[in-house]
Amino acid sequence: MANIKSNENKTKAQSMGLHSEVLTGKTQQKFFNPDEAENFYYWGTYDVDFNKRIDLDVNDLDCKEANKKIDELMSQGYGTIVIKNPQGKHSLGVGVLNKLNLIFEGSLGYFGVGSIDGPTVRINGRVGWSCAENMMAGKVVIEKNAGSCFGAAVRGGDLICKGSVGARTGIDQKGGTIIVGGDAGAFTGFMMQRGRIIILGNVGINLGDSMYDGTIYVGGKIGSFGSDAIESPMTKSDIDWIKRKLKVAEIGENFDVSKMTKVVAGKKLWNYDALEPTEKKGAI
Amino acid sequence: MCGIAGLIHRGKSSNVGNELQAMLQALKHRGPDSTGYALYADNDGENFIMRFKVGENVGEGSSSINEDESVYDKRKELVDEMLKNLGAKVLKEEKLTPYSYRYEMKYDDDLMDFSKKIESIESVEILSIGKSLELIKDLGDAKVVLDRYDLGKVTGTHAIGHARMATESGVDIKSAHPFWGYPFSDVSVVHNGQLTNYWNNRRVLENKGMRFMSECDSELIAVYLAEKMRNGATLEEGMKDSLSGLDGVFTYFVATKDSLGMAKDTMAAKPLVLYESDDLVAMGSEEIAIRSILPHEIDTYDPFDGEVKVWQI
Repeated sequence: MANIKSNENKTKAQSMGLHSEVLTGKTQQKFFNPDEAENFYYWGTYDVDFNKRIDLDVNDLDCKEANKKIDELMSQGYGTIVIKNPQGKHSLGVGVLNKLNLIFEGSLGYFGVGSIDGPTVRINGRVGWSCAENMMAGKVVIEKNAGSCFGAAVRGGDLICKGSVGARTGIDQKGGTIIVGGDAGAFTGFMMQRGRIIILGNVGINLGDSMYDGTIYVGGKIGSFGSDAIESPMTKSDIDWIKRKLKVAEIGENFDVSKMTKVVAGKKLWNYDALEPTEKKGAI
Repeated sequence: MCGIAGLIHRGKSSNVGNELQAMLQALKHRGPDSTGYALYADNDGENFIMRFKVGENVGEGSSSINEDESVYDKRKELVDEMLKNLGAKVLKEEKLTPYSYRYEMKYDDDLMDFSKKIESIESVEILSIGKSLELIKDLGDAKVVLDRYDLGKVTGTHAIGHARMATESGVDIKSAHPFWGYPFSDVSVVHNGQLTNYWNNRRVLENKGMRFMSECDSELIAVYLAEKMRNGATLEEGMKDSLSGLDGVFTYFVATKDSLGMAKDTMAAKPLVLYESDDLVAMGSEEIAIRSILPHEIDTYDPFDGEVKVWQI
């Protein structure tokens, strides 16, 4: 385990508000002790083989039955699952906690692929409200449009929509990256706390309203800035990072990234950096 | 939480009764208390269709007080007498349930005065008046209401409907959607959301002579738009004005004999999914409503905040 106290960059860490953080919490000791790693079991996960592929038609299944079937197939080692006829059903593909190639040939309803931790998901249609809510890790690519609350409370991974998205994209975002090829609605980045949002098109009113932290990059017009959201200069590292992310997302190949607008928190409503590390952990 | 749905067949008529039933049934989880249909049917366009109720459905789940059916018959007789006094000629009458009727009639005078007099009879409410509009609402899900009123065979060009979860007012027909745009023939409204300046607006509109039949906040939208149109605004102008005039969260549809519109509040707090093609426009609170009539792969989208759209039939 890394010893923070002996870190040579102590001065820099102190300036970032990390100076007294000691990773000796219960979680660290209980679950991430290397001595106990062999006995560690992550409930609900499976070792799957990506070359083992199967089609699953969910036309006559409700969301509970469909999700149970996906779980069964993963337990049998299938690593590539193609879902046929999702027909806009809600809550499909939620809670997948391991690596998996999950392909939806059609559109999803509300709360699609929520609380996932690791799978690579491709949706060849549209998604409804709150797609990938609370996603922890992995990659989700949506070929068409998405509804409101896209990527609500996302904590990690890449969430990509090639079309346009509704209102409150990235609401309460805590990490990861959200990339939108088209336009986004009102309140994009509402109360976001960490992570980054890239919108290549226009955004609606109240962009970044009440954001605590994090960064939003906008390629088009901005309806209006929300409370405590301010513009910040684009740096070379911003441009390089966005280019890299867009390449991974397979969109915006000829997009002029240097002309994007960078939006960050003014930190007048809430400033994490002024918090003690223990408080910061609780807040985040 | 309620569910709303609508569809337009461009340049042709279709079985809108069954289609809207499928869409509303798919949204039943959003509102199981009551269901309403506003079907723009292939009527001859010559005579008025008046749908009215003389009492409430007091079945399971209803919040209404039980009344003897003889009271309903007495009220119906009073309506007939009033129609005669007003000079309306009833061509055909149908008793649909013990408490609701459908009259086909000829009437050439002011509908506002007409409606006020009919509704002065205790517990009588006109659900709709129109030459094309068939407005039906009752307790139960979409299938139950469709079967009860035999709507499966209704054909027409467009329709809007509502699956209601009662939050602001009782489980009864008077609070169910759609609401008729009194006193305009063929105008109906469905709404998903909550309006927070209902009482302020209601007081203002009542002082201007508009009528409210329920305490349901959604009724305000129908009355609000009717009052704007009465003062010369177009439907679209009235709808755009409503974005600032109505406070709260809402997505609503309004339909007339030859148009259908949608409006979404400036916070985009209530859902709506749209599908448009050359021959069909379909919209609903959730995509599954649209999928219930279009099983093949389609492109749909969410309208943005503060968006108003009106389609001509």
